[in-house]
Amino acid sequence: MISTIKNLYEHDRRFRFAFIVIIGIIIFSSLSFFSPYDPSSSYDVPSDQPPSIKYFFGTSSRGQDILWKMTFAIRNSLLFGISTALLSRIISILVGLTAGYKGGIGDRILMSINDSFIVIPMLPLLILFNFIFQEKMNLFLLSLIMACLGWAWDARLIRSQVLSLKEREFTRTAVYSGMKSLPITLKEHLPFVMPIVFATMINNMLWSMGLEVSLAVLGLSDTDTPTIGTTIYWANQHQALVAGVWWWIAAPIVISTFLFVGLYLLFASLNQYIDPRTRLLRIGG
Amino acid sequence: MGILKVEDLKAYYMTDVYGIKRTVRAVDGVSIEINENEIFGIAGESSCGKTTLMKVLSGAVKSPLTVVGGKALYSFGDGSLDILSLQEDELRKIRWKSISCILQGSMSVLNPVRRIYKTFRDFVEAHQKIEKKRDFMRRMRDHLGELGLPREVLKAYPHHLSGGMKQRVTIALATIFKPNVIIADEPTTALDVIVQRGVLQLLREIQKEQKNTIILVTHDMAVHANIADRIAIMYAGRIVEEAKASDIFENSLHPYTQHLIDSLPMIGDKSHRISIPGAPPNLADPPNGCGFHPRCSSVMGICREEVPPLIEVGDRHRVACFLVSKESGDGK
Amino acid sequence: MKYGFFFRYCLQRVGQCLLVIFIGITITFVIPRLAPTDPVESAIATANMSGQYTHPEAVAEIRQALTELYGLEGGILEQYFNFWKRLLKADLGPSYSSFPTPVMDLIRRSLPWTVGLLLTSAFIAWAIGNLIGGLAGYFSQRGWARTLGVFCMAIRPTPYYIMAFVILVLFAYILPIFPLSGGLAIGVHFSFSWRFITSLLKHAFLPSLSLVIVSGGAWFLGMNSLVSNIVAEDYVVYAEMGGVSNRNILFRYVMRNALLPQVTGLALQLGMIFNGALITEYVFSYPGLGYLTYNAVFSGDYGLVIGIAIFSIIGVAVAILIIDLAYPLFDPRIRHQ
Repeated sequence: MISTIKNLYEHDRRFRFAFIVIIGIIIFSSLSFFSPYDPSSSYDVPSDQPPSIKYFFGTSSRGQDILWKMTFAIRNSLLFGISTALLSRIISILVGLTAGYKGGIGDRILMSINDSFIVIPMLPLLILFNFIFQEKMNLFLLSLIMACLGWAWDARLIRSQVLSLKEREFTRTAVYSGMKSLPITLKEHLPFVMPIVFATMINNMLWSMGLEVSLAVLGLSDTDTPTIGTTIYWANQHQALVAGVWWWIAAPIVISTFLFVGLYLLFASLNQYIDPRTRLLRIGG
Repeated sequence: MGILKVEDLKAYYMTDVYGIKRTVRAVDGVSIEINENEIFGIAGESSCGKTTLMKVLSGAVKSPLTVVGGKALYSFGDGSLDILSLQEDELRKIRWKSISCILQGSMSVLNPVRRIYKTFRDFVEAHQKIEKKRDFMRRMRDHLGELGLPREVLKAYPHHLSGGMKQRVTIALATIFKPNVIIADEPTTALDVIVQRGVLQLLREIQKEQKNTIILVTHDMAVHANIADRIAIMYAGRIVEEAKASDIFENSLHPYTQHLIDSLPMIGDKSHRISIPGAPPNLADPPNGCGFHPRCSSVMGICREEVPPLIEVGDRHRVACFLVSKESGDGK
Repeated sequence: MKYGFFFRYCLQRVGQCLLVIFIGITITFVIPRLAPTDPVESAIATANMSGQYTHPEAVAEIRQALTELYGLEGGILEQYFNFWKRLLKADLGPSYSSFPTPVMDLIRRSLPWTVGLLLTSAFIAWAIGNLIGGLAGYFSQRGWARTLGVFCMAIRPTPYYIMAFVILVLFAYILPIFPLSGGLAIGVHFSFSWRFITSLLKHAFLPSLSLVIVSGGAWFLGMNSLVSNIVAEDYVVYAEMGGVSNRNILFRYVMRNALLPQVTGLALQLGMIFNGALITEYVFSYPGLGYLTYNAVFSGDYGLVIGIAIFSIIGVAVAILIIDLAYPLFDPRIRHQ
């Protein structure tokens, strides 16, 4: 793993940029543990101050230092994304592996259901969900429901990897030599499946965090917990732009743009690295 | 009369990915001379470099393939043409009219979303203006008819045709302009034996009628035995033996050639078939000296250090082996 | 049997569409029942909290409708059955916030705006993204191709909301070229007049632009990578060996084949583009389903929220079915068997 990262860092400019950005953002979010202000308190500092040396990102209309607020927001958004990605991995892997290994009519039925989940527009459903739960909505609950809805695309990718592995020589050899299915899966196939699982995790994080922003802006996420989306929500609630407090909105937008682009570049370079064609070219030399 | 002269051709695949540089020496010093009006076979195991050789000879050199040395000179009557130094537009002029190809994998050389006659039209229009559609269609029908293909093929899509038919269509496509040279790379692999025979017969008839040169590249010695006039055996990117077909089969001198012939099944012969020990060489890290030495049963000290030169030992019979040159008194 | 295969294909696609609708609507049925409290009562309570006063008789009728659609009387199967019964009558109940207007009417009024925005933006994005992406993939060594690639890589992960917001700020606030909100200027009505058309276009431009940039960027990248793979395919290499002109190869061999997975891709992505359209409408206060949803949430109009959810699912499923049925037009392997 370390060697992979080192390899990518040295030779892939995209990865290098993304890696630095993401590490930077993670460091930034861990600053939240050193924050002098509690994230839910308000009027700690003078309101509506533009960015300065003292208040690096300025302050909000509720008297909060935006810099420290953002450390919490990014941290929560990241945790949210990771938690959704991990939870949905469980379903993705289960469905992908089962469909891929079983084949036949079981596979077809699973894939039909899977494809239904891919195409159903999630936003109206999530809006409904949030609407029902309202006050009781919290970030973890949101993460759970998104995981239950957003596994389908990755399940399909895992399944195609399994399908290609099934056909390969070394699988047939293992089967003929009497190895049972589960050990084959775990010992022979996992090293090939894991990279895809990891890459799709990043993709899933992008999806869920982006959707959280959309929901929060409508006021439907957990508005008491600071995240990228809820920060924008509160800024809008206080008419930040109209009142001229542009830094309140700019901060989450700029930081989240770096975050999303960084994650995406990470995903793209990782994808290219694990592509079997480039894999072949990496051997030897 | 020579139509193609290859001199010490070297073509490597050079990749540099994630800091790992890899050079595959697919064609590593090939020199051959091919005449007009003959079927010249190039034989060897998979990944011995013959497909790369074919790519270079047809002018289809694309990164990461690079020609690092040597020449490939065609003579189509009016002077010689170094195909490696031609510009894009000059290349296009001789493509298909003077040199055409039949690729391996006839399954997929035809555009799956285009009807056959339209694909034909694409190839023809690149070199000739088509005045009347009706004349063109008639010409195509006749041409296909000569190859035993029914007229319905023209309006069909590739997925409607069987493997054998697709290969015939490809041959028809390759012979539209009656080119001087047809390079055929594994034209019969992936076809069953009966269809194979039909295709080979077709190729032989075409050659006899158009009196062109067919360079036939395949690992299948039986195919060479069937139609080749002269055969060159390739190993690890180099030519190890070259002679008339009859000489190769009855009088082979290189140990590798002998193994290849021995591995051919023959009716009535129930003796034990032995395969060559060892594995084909890794062209990214080829062995020093003679490429075959790790697997050769008669290996000598010198084989490990020096590359045996290709020397003439009989009537247009050349071998690259220290065993032979020693016996015939040439070289060391 | 020439028709056998094609027929089976169409049947399969229709079946899949029905499955999607079935699963989607079942989820819509399940979600309210996950709530810790009676959804109907809490919906009415919320609506009251948001400051609406409604006539008691109206409340009773609403309660009746909501209970039938989303209530918990009877066993779960009975609820499910009643749910479908209502749906099949295309009766989504009355809207709470705009009582007594039926939900269906409100949706019908907003629908043309969303459909117009979505259809045009999705197709323009698809067409332009694929065309430019294909060219960039074919001429991958050129400067412009690489620059565009980098640009799209930065655009693609941007959530629709952020793009819409940035565009709004740039072109409606900072450089007020375009209107801030709405679908038409005040006072303009539907007619075939020039005034109507310009007003319509002016208001639709920014939301469209926002959608087109984000999804176009995604199509660009997809087509780019597809084309780089297809260029290595046997039939392209062969055509090049035959001396077929570059232009011919690019369009008839490369792009034509690359389009096939992109058509399928459009069918798969439509749900997400729809999500993007909803949120973009909210940002620009464009009077489509997105804006309607926001208002519904804001005013606690339970029936409307569910109605929009159901309608969205059906709408997207049908749109996908249409694309699926159009796919054979592109792929002769399905058309002629």
